[in-house]
Amino acid sequence: MKKSFLFSLIALIALACVPLFVKDQYFMHISILILYYSLVSQAWNILSGYSGQFSFGHAAFFGTGAYTSSILLTKYSVSPWIGMLIGAVIAALIGLFIGFLSFRYKLRGAYFALGTLAFAEILRIIVQNSDYFNKTLGVLITINPEPLMYQFSTRVGYYYTILILTALATLLVYFISRSRLGYNLVAIRENEEAAQSLGVNTFKNKLVAISLSAALTAIGGTFYAQYILYIEPPTTFGNDVSVAILLPAIIGGMGTILGPFVGSLVIVPLGEMTAKIFGGFAGVHLMAYGIILVVVILFLPGGIVGWIQDRLRAKQMRRGD
Amino acid sequence: MSFGLFLQSLIDGLLMGGIYGLVAMGLTLIFGVMKIINFAQGALMMLGMYVTYWLFALIGLNPYLSIPLSALVLFGVGVLIQKGILSRMMDAPEHNQLLVTLGIMLFLENFALVLFSPDFRSIKIEGMPATLSVLSLNVHTAKLIAFIFAVVLAILLFWFLRSTFLGKAIRATSIERQGAALVGINTSKINYIAFGLGAALAAVAGSLITPFFYTSPDVGAAFILKAFVVVVLGGLGNFIGALVGGLMIGVAEALGGAVLPGSLKELMTYLIFILVLLFKPNGLFGGKAR
Repeated sequence: MKKSFLFSLIALIALACVPLFVKDQYFMHISILILYYSLVSQAWNILSGYSGQFSFGHAAFFGTGAYTSSILLTKYSVSPWIGMLIGAVIAALIGLFIGFLSFRYKLRGAYFALGTLAFAEILRIIVQNSDYFNKTLGVLITINPEPLMYQFSTRVGYYYTILILTALATLLVYFISRSRLGYNLVAIRENEEAAQSLGVNTFKNKLVAISLSAALTAIGGTFYAQYILYIEPPTTFGNDVSVAILLPAIIGGMGTILGPFVGSLVIVPLGEMTAKIFGGFAGVHLMAYGIILVVVILFLPGGIVGWIQDRLRAKQMRRGD
Repeated sequence: MSFGLFLQSLIDGLLMGGIYGLVAMGLTLIFGVMKIINFAQGALMMLGMYVTYWLFALIGLNPYLSIPLSALVLFGVGVLIQKGILSRMMDAPEHNQLLVTLGIMLFLENFALVLFSPDFRSIKIEGMPATLSVLSLNVHTAKLIAFIFAVVLAILLFWFLRSTFLGKAIRATSIERQGAALVGINTSKINYIAFGLGAALAAVAGSLITPFFYTSPDVGAAFILKAFVVVVLGGLGNFIGALVGGLMIGVAEALGGAVLPGSLKELMTYLIFILVLLFKPNGLFGGKAR
């Protein structure tokens, strides 16, 4: 355990040093995207990876984070740093509501997945039809490079912001995975009835998981809004967003601490590469994602990290004999 | 709402609902037999639409005449998907099955995008009146034809599952897979047929809507969510339920459209969905292929 901590610390320091050596803007952009996808996918991982409640509607929380901070900023001049926290709280409340209904009525597996999808769609339709949220026009955030307003004149500022947020999220998941909550969640994932019969309050634990997951996802939503400076209903509440959130964790390995990061490390550069090579064809990178998704599920159902873990375990077993 | 508007919305909703039912029938067949919720169903429908569109654009084939062809092509695509991918996934966890079909959907949609560009394409059939007037109500001709097809197909499928040997084998597999295998039914063959048939049904639905709905790579996405709603409403695996569920969603949407402003009518579908999920998760008419 100590070894893994030391390793993580070195990795974090290495990541923190990247902007000192690399000045290429495009490379910085890719690095920011990798960290940002790790963050939102890690958030999804808490609910779906650890507790096994497979969400197809995390766009609901993402969009809530993006819209809350953006509306607070553009309409009331509230700093997005504060907006980010308010968005996280609202998303957690929405998560509690969705979780309360779903878990109370025992929606499981595909039913839960489809249910969350429907909730995200409902939010999208409401935002899209409401004057307060500018309907389909979305929200344009004016450029104002001011760290206190969550905007930076260079990409380095965004890089450190997302690095810290992602590191904190990963640390949180690390602690969860070694806490009573984490053990309860895994027990729920493996066999809910058995967990319940052993005295685990599955309802409460699942509610904690969904609200934490929602809050973190919303934080990712605010970062996205401040980085891109423009949000609209389909790019924040749409199904594609939910898919983009779950993809890294699936590819990297759901239910593992490093899975979301490893997944983004693979998928973001790959998407950029295919987009560059086949620049004339929109959609090629999504085609590639589709193929990767199918191949990973067929051949590495535990994702990349899960596969490596299995390998290491097998090696240890052999040595043990 | 005036009575005339109410009747008009009702008719529009019923006609559209037939299409939803048709898309959902394929989905419910696949679920009933294989217990897989197929995210790619909308993408399969989209492929069927392109088969019809290109046959029309290149050799001027009437869309209704291309139905057998698009059904056949998509039957083949369905069997290929089942053989190549899903047959290896039969015992995998539910969410992994869901993800695989999601991957297939991503691939198919974007494959079509690369091949055919994102352009919206439409078909105009010469000589066919756009609407028929019945007692001062307007009936959309192409929608009416699609609706009639949907009802006839539902009845045919019902008969097929009840009265033919193959149909009975499919139902047996859907009810009790191991038992079916024990009495000598080749259940993996049944899977190919079920998935192929499900894909073919999606293709028929696709061909039927090309005369009044644009063809584009992401057109399936607009239908797949509704198809899920319809399937859950009708009970997973229930054909007649799928048709009735389709009609209900169609009517709810049309009436919602007449009353609610903007695109809020879409809310109807999802609200109904969540209510059914919460209170009647087995659907209004019960599950399993019947």
